[in-house]
Amino acid sequence: MTLEASQETQVPVELVTLTIDGVEVSVPKGTLVIRAAELVGTEIPRFCDHPLLEPVGACRQCLVQVPDAGNGRGFPKPQASCTLEVAAGMVVETQVTSAVAAKAQVGTMELLLVNHPLDCPVCDKGGECPLQNQAMSHGQGETRFAETKRTFPKPYPVSEQVLLDRERCVLCARCTRFSEQIAGDPFIALVERGAQQQVGIGPETPFHSYFSGNTIQICPVGALTSADYRFRARPFDLVSTPSVAEHDSSGSAIRVDHRRGKVMRRLAGDDPEVNEEWITDKDRFAFTWSEQPDRLRTPLVRDPESGELVPTSWLGALAVAARGLAAAGSVGVLPGGRLTAEDAFAYSVFARAVLGTNDIDFRARAHSYEEAAFLASTVALRSDVTFTDLERAPRVVLAGLEPEDEAGMIFLRLRKGVRAGRTRVVTIASHLTRGSRKLDAQLVATRPGDEARAIADLDLGPADILLVGERLALVPGALSAAAASPARLAWVPRRAGDRGAVEAGALPTLLPGGRPVSSAAARADLVAAIPVPGVAAWPAEPGRGLEAILEAVTVGELGGLVVGGVEVDDLPDPEVARDALEKAFVVSLEVRASDVTALADVVLPVAPPVEKSGTFVSWEGRPRRFGRVLDVAGSLTDVRVLAGIAEEMGRPLGFRSTDEATALMQQVGPWDGERAPAPTVSPAGPAEGAVVLSTWRQLVDDGRGQDGQALYRATARPAVIRASAATLAAAGIEDGAPATIATRAGSATFPAVVDDLPDGVVWAPGNSGVNLRAALSADHASAVTLKPGPSQVVQA
Amino acid sequence: MTDTLTPVLSRNWGDDRAWTREAYEAQGGYDALRKAVTLTPDEIVTLVKDSGLRGRGGAGFPTGMKWGFIPQDPETEAGRKPKYLVVNADESEPGTCKDIPLMMASPHTLVEGVIIAAMAIRAEKAFIYVRGEVLHVVRRLRAAAREAAEAGYLGTDVLGSGRTVDLVIHAGAGAYICGEETALLDSLEGRRGQPRLRPPFPAVEGLYASPTVINNVESIASVPSIVSGGIEWFGSMGTEKSKGYTLYSLSGHVARPGQYEAPLGITLRELLELGGGMREGSRLKFWTPGGSSTPLLTAEHLDVPLDYEGVGAAGSMLGTKALQVFDQTTSVVRCVLRWTEFYKHESCGKCTPCREGTWWLVQVLQRIDAGQGREGDIELLLDLCDNILGRSFCALGDGATSPITSAIQYFRDEFEAGMLAPSRELYPPEASMLQRPEVAR
Amino acid sequence: MSEQVSGAATLPAETVAELQELMGRYPQARSALLPMLHLVQSVQGSVTTEGIETCAALLGLSAAEVSGVATFYTMYKRRPMGDHHVGVCTNTLCAVMGGDAIFERLKDHLEVGNDETTADGKVTLEHIECNAACDFAPVLTVNWEFFDQQTPESAVELVDRLRSGDTVTATRGATITSWREAERVLAGFEDGRVDEGPAAAGPSLAGLEIAAERGWKAPDVDQADSKDNEVPTESAEAGAAEADTARAESETVAEESDADVKGGGSDD
Repeated sequence: MTLEASQETQVPVELVTLTIDGVEVSVPKGTLVIRAAELVGTEIPRFCDHPLLEPVGACRQCLVQVPDAGNGRGFPKPQASCTLEVAAGMVVETQVTSAVAAKAQVGTMELLLVNHPLDCPVCDKGGECPLQNQAMSHGQGETRFAETKRTFPKPYPVSEQVLLDRERCVLCARCTRFSEQIAGDPFIALVERGAQQQVGIGPETPFHSYFSGNTIQICPVGALTSADYRFRARPFDLVSTPSVAEHDSSGSAIRVDHRRGKVMRRLAGDDPEVNEEWITDKDRFAFTWSEQPDRLRTPLVRDPESGELVPTSWLGALAVAARGLAAAGSVGVLPGGRLTAEDAFAYSVFARAVLGTNDIDFRARAHSYEEAAFLASTVALRSDVTFTDLERAPRVVLAGLEPEDEAGMIFLRLRKGVRAGRTRVVTIASHLTRGSRKLDAQLVATRPGDEARAIADLDLGPADILLVGERLALVPGALSAAAASPARLAWVPRRAGDRGAVEAGALPTLLPGGRPVSSAAARADLVAAIPVPGVAAWPAEPGRGLEAILEAVTVGELGGLVVGGVEVDDLPDPEVARDALEKAFVVSLEVRASDVTALADVVLPVAPPVEKSGTFVSWEGRPRRFGRVLDVAGSLTDVRVLAGIAEEMGRPLGFRSTDEATALMQQVGPWDGERAPAPTVSPAGPAEGAVVLSTWRQLVDDGRGQDGQALYRATARPAVIRASAATLAAAGIEDGAPATIATRAGSATFPAVVDDLPDGVVWAPGNSGVNLRAALSADHASAVTLKPGPSQVVQA
Repeated sequence: MTDTLTPVLSRNWGDDRAWTREAYEAQGGYDALRKAVTLTPDEIVTLVKDSGLRGRGGAGFPTGMKWGFIPQDPETEAGRKPKYLVVNADESEPGTCKDIPLMMASPHTLVEGVIIAAMAIRAEKAFIYVRGEVLHVVRRLRAAAREAAEAGYLGTDVLGSGRTVDLVIHAGAGAYICGEETALLDSLEGRRGQPRLRPPFPAVEGLYASPTVINNVESIASVPSIVSGGIEWFGSMGTEKSKGYTLYSLSGHVARPGQYEAPLGITLRELLELGGGMREGSRLKFWTPGGSSTPLLTAEHLDVPLDYEGVGAAGSMLGTKALQVFDQTTSVVRCVLRWTEFYKHESCGKCTPCREGTWWLVQVLQRIDAGQGREGDIELLLDLCDNILGRSFCALGDGATSPITSAIQYFRDEFEAGMLAPSRELYPPEASMLQRPEVAR
Repeated sequence: MSEQVSGAATLPAETVAELQELMGRYPQARSALLPMLHLVQSVQGSVTTEGIETCAALLGLSAAEVSGVATFYTMYKRRPMGDHHVGVCTNTLCAVMGGDAIFERLKDHLEVGNDETTADGKVTLEHIECNAACDFAPVLTVNWEFFDQQTPESAVELVDRLRSGDTVTATRGATITSWREAERVLAGFEDGRVDEGPAAAGPSLAGLEIAAERGWKAPDVDQADSKDNEVPTESAEAGAAEADTARAESETVAEESDADVKGGGSDD
């Protein structure tokens, strides 16, 4: 679980020496003067400049004098230091040493404020506003402008979520440049001209970008605000805590701002190695899910007489849970994929040491034994690829992965590499999506189910990077092909806790630290390292996967289940799952009431990430530790709750807190013995049937982690079915007309869109209006039928 | 000594159907092209370089030198890229009115120049970016390009030389800023016409990020005569550093406004004398040497040689040689306000000093024009100009300050009077009109 | 992407074909956007939402990007236009020479304000910036054709004739058709009227006429240039200038900024 140093060889940097305000400084060639000046301690005021955006030189706030450009001749006019590259021998005089530069800056500042309202007291940006701050530090205090200011009706919604107060805008174009350069979503643009110039949208196309919230954060004034946060808090009343986002496996650094126990907003943190300064809108706006009315606050135990869940004391509930599990005979453990590594570790130890079983599987989604073997052999302990590698690799192949929807930071990094001309992206997919077009990706058009062959056919080499998505578990042979590939490999799950759960050994054949269940030495290691009274050995028998666990319950081989954060409708067969949950003695550790808690015998409320500390392990294998943001009395971690049950069962885990778990995990360390072999499953080819389903979940969808954010949800991409013209025609469906995909389990209807898919393939979103898994028992590579209508169309 | 007026570009403007290929060829048109196809590209570049031709669009940069900047080394990435020639026919500078009549009367002069220039820089594609508000000029250019292609002057085998030159006539859509060459390029790429950062310079990364030459209409139209006449002939007109002939555009309160093609270095006094002086009863008050972006001059500058050096020495710029002449009936405050309103309207909005500065300047000037000027307004105007000049992204902001600072320099008392009385009372507008109401009927 | 192309359905198929033809004239299709918007205006009478969406779909741009372009240029109109566009130059020189008075008179006479259309839908009045005909001041334009040396009275007569459907011919230009037909020519389609009107008139010929009267002309080529037919050779001066081209250009830009003041409107 340690991150290896980047394999990149360090290219020697050519240094250039220049003089700024009389101080000699050496900086890498190509450095802009504005940043070189920071190294000598001079902060040149700026607005349009942003280190991650291309220089534009628009605001003219950063003017400096250059008496010598390095060739013995100076510039006759002040120069914008944000667009001027250093040169050897250059002499720069900033506002510190040049009266001309100082006057130019004061003059520009005065002009910037000419049309800027004096509404700082009611502006969201007030208190954290670069314009306000720099007007104080570099302005002249009073304006001579006594004339008429430009005004606009306000606010102007560029999307449901992002509002624009045009009179505050200083036209630095950071937002439009971000949208075009970084996100590739130029749905906002500068419109009009001159003093009427403003940020605008198309007449009928709002700013629906997965990354739109970043524009709010980089706006140097209060022009862009979120509908969510507008007028709700003052920056100086907020307590800011660095954290890590929980919505995907990127491990994005975020900053959580709260006031009086309530999170008011989330911002992108600054982590150059991971998410740079960006996050997805999901990571930014979807933070109210844990504050919904269905939040569990007290333990519940099912009353044997009424059959209802009734509030119970913690001690009582833990006792009922312990007794029930003890009485259940064999018990399976389903931790889910949204846990911290520490919580997953607790489940892992709880299963082995307390319950004496390897029947544990974190995968709350479609999965396979091939995948389990792949995770054990090829993913655990491995850190072959980093974010930085993505923007430098000559070729990155995506297989069963749609980064814009499933791992937004991977998408942005790839786009950065592609735009710089360094990286070429190849996608093994059913079609080119909006996201893959923005990566200028080369499509290897592949019928779902045929990915294994596509990977094998690509002739990958050791310089290539192969990123595989979690839905390849649905394609027999695909992960075997990936494991056999010489390319640098990374597995990119959707959920934040999946990778950590792999490292914690929350799998039927894998123990903590990448140890195989099959290894007696590995088991002995762990028994010694994690002493639990009365436990002399950990079970040697390989366990069951989630699907088998649920089936084992239904046939009576298992009598109990310990379930973490699992959504029934995400599971391979929700009906089987419901049967099993009904039949077994179920202990559910959950944040909010769910289909699992509805069927559980004991419900033990646990803390959402914002109320606890812990570690998410990113897809890179990078541990992303975060501290607790909100201190909520009685909000317990899964670690603490499992420890409580274990103690009631007379087999104390030996750790109760996240910190203790961390210490123990470090003590256990990574396995250095022989690893389980990689899977060698043969490709099965696409499913039988006329039409095969290609599907994944869009970033903004109906997932419960996004509950409570209607405005954010309103920015979702429309839910449509995509298929080739021939496929639609064969089914008698016109472009734009309602189309229905169906299985024996059920059906879903969306408007049809002709797109460039292989014939006989249809794409639909996984959980936008309809959860395909729940409604159709269908997933990627399933055979479905396609037919016209009916008129009832799902509006996502 | 050459004659006072030397019509070369305007020589055929009075000809019957001068815009047609037939009429143009009858006057020796396309003979220069026939000569040029016998020269190597580098020989043409050298010829134009040696002729001393300087850009006629305002900056006066040596045209041949500009062509020589185009990277031609096939060993380099830039050298391998396609090259483009773009003619700046976006004539929009207030007062400037030379290119439009040229293109209307004799579009083939320009087209011939385009073909020669394109061959010189090894461009196979050329564009004439003409402002959109001159419909008939657009018609004439399109027809000329069509006729030239029909005659084999344009196309894949120019006069059998094996060289390719295609020409696209591209109409703009109303934006003064597109006369700025990098804004023009963005506009020609289908974008908002806002200026680009330099470097990279257009010679290396211009249109489609490829090496590009951008020349004014008159500069390119001068090329055929230079090819035909040779460098000594060209240099026999004009001055040591400002060689050749050029179009001077006289407008305003003069007896005979119009186009006067003369060797560089003629004076306003000479030009006025040719046309019968000021209009009746008129005394020269102020004038622009080269459009509104060039600082105003006054009667004391009547004998300034109208070449790049002479006008520069007088504290202004030759610019486009757009001589807007105003007499004693004219309120300089009113004129300066109107020019400033123009710059405000045409500011592209990209940079702060120009966008906000012109917004502010207009408001200050409006109250002075209305007789409601305040104590300190003149100093405010001058200080604002100081904060705009040289601080803006491109030269539009600089140009906006020229009329203001020069007008205050020469007519400060009129601005002071603006604290007491409106300009329309001090200088009744009717008196300045072409047909003064009391005169006309 | 295909769902975005649906906007194309609202413009006639032949218009979409012509838009695509315009795209084909350029090395990169986006260069056709300005002509395409001219064509949209000629078909729809203004830059409509569907016009923006169609151009965006054809060029693979966002509607916001196309909107940004359409709103930057003053010739693109966002409200339905009258049959004729009447422009009155009120930039300084024309304004002083009578443009202001003409514009005031036309506003009164047509009972419209700036950028407004008469109740009968015939005329849209707009004050325009310098149209490069200063020696003909004060000038009007009708559908971007020149009407030179106007007075308030002549301007009133002109708009009345336009409104009554009389045939009107430009001073230097063709018979007036309509604003929409003019926009079609600007977009890139010839209308066969190129041979109407003079080559030049009045002030354009002032210098030429004086030269003719006085027998002035440029020197004869043969007398002046003995090297007429020689291949030019590289001069020492030019060679030196070429030696450090990159620096020369960059320094010129920096140092000749004063001379470059014209940058806004002109060209070099």
